[in-house]
Amino acid sequence: MTTTTGAEATLPYDEAVAAFDPALGLEVHVELGTATKMFCGCPTEFGAEPNTQVCPVCLGLPGALPVVNETAVESAIRIGLALNCSIAEWCRFARKNYFYPDMPKNFQTSQYDEPIAFDGYLDVQLEDGSTYRVEIERAHMEEDTGKSLHVGGSTGRIHGATHSLVDYNRAGIPLVEIVTRPIVGAGERAPEVARAYVATLRDLLKAMGVSDVKMEQGSMRCDVNLSLAPKGSARLGTRTETKNVNSLRSVERAVRYEVGRHAAVLTGGGSVTQETRHWHEDTGITTSGRLKSDAEDYRYFPEPDLVPVAPSRETVEALRATLPEPPAARRRRLQDAWGYSDLEMRDVLNAGLVELVEETVAAGATPAAARKWWSGEVARRANGEGTDVVTYAQRLGVTPEHVVELERLVDGGRLNDSMARQVWEGVLDGEGGPTQVADARGLELVQDTGALEAAVEKVIAANPDVAEKIRGGKVQAVGALIGQVMKEMRGQADAAAARRLILDRLAPG
Amino acid sequence: MTTDLTRATAAELADLLGAGSVSSREVTRALLDRTAAVDGAVHSYLHVDEAGALAAADAADRARAAGEPLHALAGVPVAVKDVMATRGLPTTCGSRILQGWVPPYDATLVRRLREAHLPLLGKTNMDEFAMGSSTEHSAYGPSRNPWDLERIPGGSGGGSSSAVASFQAPLAIGTDTGGSIRQPAAVTGTVGAKPTYGGVSRYGLVALASSLDQAGPCSRTVLDSALLHEVIGGHDPLDSTSVDAPVPPVVEAARRADVAGLRIGIVRELTGEGFQPGVQARFDEAVQHLVDAGAEVVEVSCPSFTYALAAYYLILPSEASSNLARFDAMRYGLRVTPEGVAAPSAEQVMAATRDAGFGDEVKRRIILGTYALSSGYYDAYYGSAQKVRRLIADDFDRAFEAADVLVSPTAPTTAFRLGDKLEDPMAMYLNDIATIPANLAGIPGLSVPSGLADEDGLPAGFQVLAPAMADDRLYAVGAALEARLTAAWGGPLLDRAPDLSEVTR
Amino acid sequence: MADLTRDDVAHLAGLARIDLSDAELDRMVGELGVILEAVATVQQAPITDVEPMSHPMPIVNVTRPDVVRDCLTPQEALAGAPESEQQRFSVPRILDEE
Repeated sequence: MTTTTGAEATLPYDEAVAAFDPALGLEVHVELGTATKMFCGCPTEFGAEPNTQVCPVCLGLPGALPVVNETAVESAIRIGLALNCSIAEWCRFARKNYFYPDMPKNFQTSQYDEPIAFDGYLDVQLEDGSTYRVEIERAHMEEDTGKSLHVGGSTGRIHGATHSLVDYNRAGIPLVEIVTRPIVGAGERAPEVARAYVATLRDLLKAMGVSDVKMEQGSMRCDVNLSLAPKGSARLGTRTETKNVNSLRSVERAVRYEVGRHAAVLTGGGSVTQETRHWHEDTGITTSGRLKSDAEDYRYFPEPDLVPVAPSRETVEALRATLPEPPAARRRRLQDAWGYSDLEMRDVLNAGLVELVEETVAAGATPAAARKWWSGEVARRANGEGTDVVTYAQRLGVTPEHVVELERLVDGGRLNDSMARQVWEGVLDGEGGPTQVADARGLELVQDTGALEAAVEKVIAANPDVAEKIRGGKVQAVGALIGQVMKEMRGQADAAAARRLILDRLAPG
Repeated sequence: MTTDLTRATAAELADLLGAGSVSSREVTRALLDRTAAVDGAVHSYLHVDEAGALAAADAADRARAAGEPLHALAGVPVAVKDVMATRGLPTTCGSRILQGWVPPYDATLVRRLREAHLPLLGKTNMDEFAMGSSTEHSAYGPSRNPWDLERIPGGSGGGSSSAVASFQAPLAIGTDTGGSIRQPAAVTGTVGAKPTYGGVSRYGLVALASSLDQAGPCSRTVLDSALLHEVIGGHDPLDSTSVDAPVPPVVEAARRADVAGLRIGIVRELTGEGFQPGVQARFDEAVQHLVDAGAEVVEVSCPSFTYALAAYYLILPSEASSNLARFDAMRYGLRVTPEGVAAPSAEQVMAATRDAGFGDEVKRRIILGTYALSSGYYDAYYGSAQKVRRLIADDFDRAFEAADVLVSPTAPTTAFRLGDKLEDPMAMYLNDIATIPANLAGIPGLSVPSGLADEDGLPAGFQVLAPAMADDRLYAVGAALEARLTAAWGGPLLDRAPDLSEVTR
Repeated sequence: MADLTRDDVAHLAGLARIDLSDAELDRMVGELGVILEAVATVQQAPITDVEPMSHPMPIVNVTRPDVVRDCLTPQEALAGAPESEQQRFSVPRILDEE
C-alpha cells in the first residue's frame, strides 16, 4: 500500500526494504574550529554582527589573494588520519566555478581530484553491539559561503522573496568535506548505519578538538545521497542528494523517507529523478530542489593563487602522534584496565559514562566504585529529567571528586553501604559534598566499642537459645543476632565489627 | 644634469633630492603641470591625484628634513597602472564594470611605494583588465604614443609607458601577463622590466591570469627601473606565490653594466621571419654592441615556442574567466538592471551587468576560457596548454645551460596605428609572440630601446631574458647596451621624440 | 576539432553569466572560431607523457599561522556595494538553485 505524505507518495518502510536494497552516500561538511578563516586572518566567531568579520580576501575584492591557514591543513590531515585515510604527498587546491551571490569570488576554493586525504574507513557500532565499517572515499579542504537573509517573502524563505541580504562573515570559514563510498549491504538498517556513522564521526571530531561539531549551528552539515536497487541486483539506481540534514535524528529520518519515496516511485513503474532534495525538519519530508542536469559544469582547474600542499612524511607522523586513541582500541584498553565484564562495559558505554568513569578513576576512585556511583541513582534521576548523566552531573555540580570522597568515607569505616547511599542521595539533592551531607544528616558508624559491646551483651542475653546454637557450631545463626544489634544501634554500627564481637563471645569451648 | 625636472631621470632626481637642491613638492608640482599640459593629447591617466601626490611629496620632504633613513627614491613621484588596488583612489582596470570603485585597501606594491615616500601621481590607462596590446580596449578611450599621437603606446600598460615617454612621470608601475610592460616600453622608446614570477607581490594586483601576471617597473633608464624594482620587490606573506628570497642585486648590476664574458643566446625562433626589417636591424646592431662590450654570442633553439602563443591564449582566458567571475554587481562596481524585466533575479542582473560592463575583448576571452575549462574540453585545451607550458619551461632550462641570458626583439613591429588591428584579434595577439614565453615559464624579462626603425622612424625594443631569480642579469645587459647606444646616439633616444607641448598648444 | 556553434556560444555565455545580444552572439561565433583554430595547435605539440604545469615556480607548502588579523569595518566593506541594508549587501532575489 502506498500512502501520500506531503506532495509525494511513499511506500511503508518495511515493504520498501523488503523489495529494494538501499545504497547510501554521506557527505559531511565540518567547519573547523580554527581561530581564523581558511585563506585570511578574519576571525570565525559564530553569531557576530553582520559583515564585521570580513576583509578584502574573504569579500573577494579585486586583487586580494588567499593564503592557507596552517592549522586548517593540520586539522584536515589529522581528520584524514583519524579516518584511516592515506594522506596525499602532494595535492593542490582547485577552483569550483559557479555563480551564487553568497560566494564572493563566484568560485569556491576547494579540492577536486587531489584531496588531502583519501581511501579510509570508520568503524561504527550499531545498537546491538555489532560493527559496520563505513569506507571513506576522501576528505578535502574547502571554504564556506556567506549567508543570505531572504526579505519580502513569507518567513524568510527564498521563494517569493523580493531581495536578499548577504552577510559574508561565514564566507571563507574552513571546511573539511568527508565523503563516504557507497554504503551498500546495510539493508533495512541503512538509516541506523547513517545515523551511527554521523554520530561516531561527530564524537571523533569532537574528541580530536578540530571542530565544535554543533549540527544545530551548522558547524557540521550532512548531505545524504540515496539510491535503491531491486533486491539482489548489483545495479545501483538513480540517486538523489538530500541537502542540509542537520541533526542525527534527521539523518535517520531522511534516509527512511527517501527509501520509502524512491520505492514508491519504482514500484509505481516510474523512475527516480536525479536531483537535489531539500529536507524539511518540521514535516519530516524532502521536496524537489535543483535538477542535477548536465548544465552543471564547475570547470574545476588548479588554483593558481595557491601553491601545492606537500606534507612531509615526518609532518604526517607528527600529526598522527597527536591523534586521540581510536575509539575501539580505547574501549578495549579501558575495559582491561578497569576489569569490567563485557556487560558492565557495554552499560557504561551505552550510558555515555566512559569519560566520567575515567576521570573518576583518575581522581582516585576504584573502577568498581566509579561505575557503581555513576550508574545507579544518578542515571535514574538523569533519565527522569530526559538528559544524560554527564549533563545532569554538570548541572548539579557533582564531580568525580565527590565519588572519591564518598568511597574514602566507606573505606575509612565511617559509612557502611546503606549509609553511603543515603549520603549520595544527599549530594544529588544539592546538600553539599559527601562529608558535609554525612555530618548534616548525622550519618556515622558508631566507633565507640563500648556501646557496641553493650549492645552485643544485651542481644545475647535476650536470645539465649540462639546463642546456644552458635556456641554449638551453628555459625550461620549469627545473622539474626547481628540484625538485632544493628537495630539496637539504630543502624549506625559496623555490621562486620558486630559479627566479630558476637562470635568472640560465643566461641565454642 | 638636466634642469627641467620633468626630463630628469629618477636617479638624477634622487640625487637632487638627496642634496637638498630640490624638494619633492617642486618635482611633483612640475610633473603635475606637465600632465596638465600634455595629457589631454596623450591620455596616459585615468585619474590624477594632485592633492594626494602633493601631500605625499610634503611628507617625503618632512621625512628628509627630519633625517629619517630613506630609500634613494624617496620623494620621486611614480604613476601606477590602474590595475593596482589603491586605498582611497579609484581603481577601474580600464573597465566600465569597476567605474567609481574605490578600494578599501592598498596593494602590497602600493603600500611599499607609499612607505618609501614615493608620491603617487595617479592611475594610468590600460586595456580593460589588461587584455590587449594597444590600450584601445580601455573603456575610457586609448592612450597615445608620444612619438606619434595617431599610434598606439603599446598595451596593456600603454598608460604607464606613455606617461614615462611623455615626461609626465619618471617612473611608473606596469603589469606584464604576456608582455604588457615590455611591449609598451619597446614601442615608446622606454625601459620596462617584468621581474621573475613571484619577485614582486601580486597582492592587490587585480588578476588577469594569476599564474602569468607580474608587476614591474617602467622608466626611461635601466638604472631607474632597477631602483624602482628594489622598492617594490621582495617576499610578501600575503601572496602565496611570492618567492621567499631577497631581491636580486638589480641596482648594483645596473650600475656596473658589466657584460664581459657573458654568454648571450639568440633565440632562433624569435628572430627573422615575422619581424619588421627595421626592428631586426636595430636588434642585430644591439647584439654587436654587446659583443663589443665583451659578451659572447651563442645561438639557441627553443622549438616549443612555436606553440607558446596558442598555449598562452588558452591558459590566460581560462584563468581570466574565473578571476573575472567576481564582477557580478553584488558587492561592488556597476549594477545594471535588465530592460523589460519586472523584478529581475540576481542571476539576470549579473548577466545584464556583465554584458554592459565588459568590453568585447573581455567577453571574448571569458567565453573562450569558459570553453577551454568546460567538461569534455578541458583535456584537449586547458590540459594540453599546461603541458605545452612545461615544454616551454624545459626549452628555457636547456637554453640557459648554453647561455647566461637570451635576447630577441621585444615586439615584432614598431607602434601600429590606432584602429589598425582592432577588428582582428589574432593579429593583435601576434604582437606578444616574443614576450609570452617568459610569462609561461615565470622567468624575468626586460625591454630596452634599441633605436628607431628605418622604415618609420619609430622606436624598437631589445628584449633580455634571464633564468628565474637572476633578474640582475637583465639590468647588467640592459645598462651595458643603454650606455653604448646612448653614446652612439649622442643622447637619450627620447630626446628625438616630438615636443608634445608644441603639439598640444 | 569540433566547431563552435551559435548554441555552444550561447550556452557558454550562460555559464559565464553574460547576457550577450543576438548581434554579439553572431559576431563572437565567427571570432571564436578563428581563435580556437589557432589555439587548438597546442594539441599538435609533442605533449604525450608531459607533466602539466600549473604554477611557474616550484614552491610548495606556503601557509600562514592561525592568527587573527584586522578586518575591514562594516562601513569599509559595504562602501562599494550597489545597495545595502541592515549592514548587509542587498542583492536582487536569488533563484532557488541550491
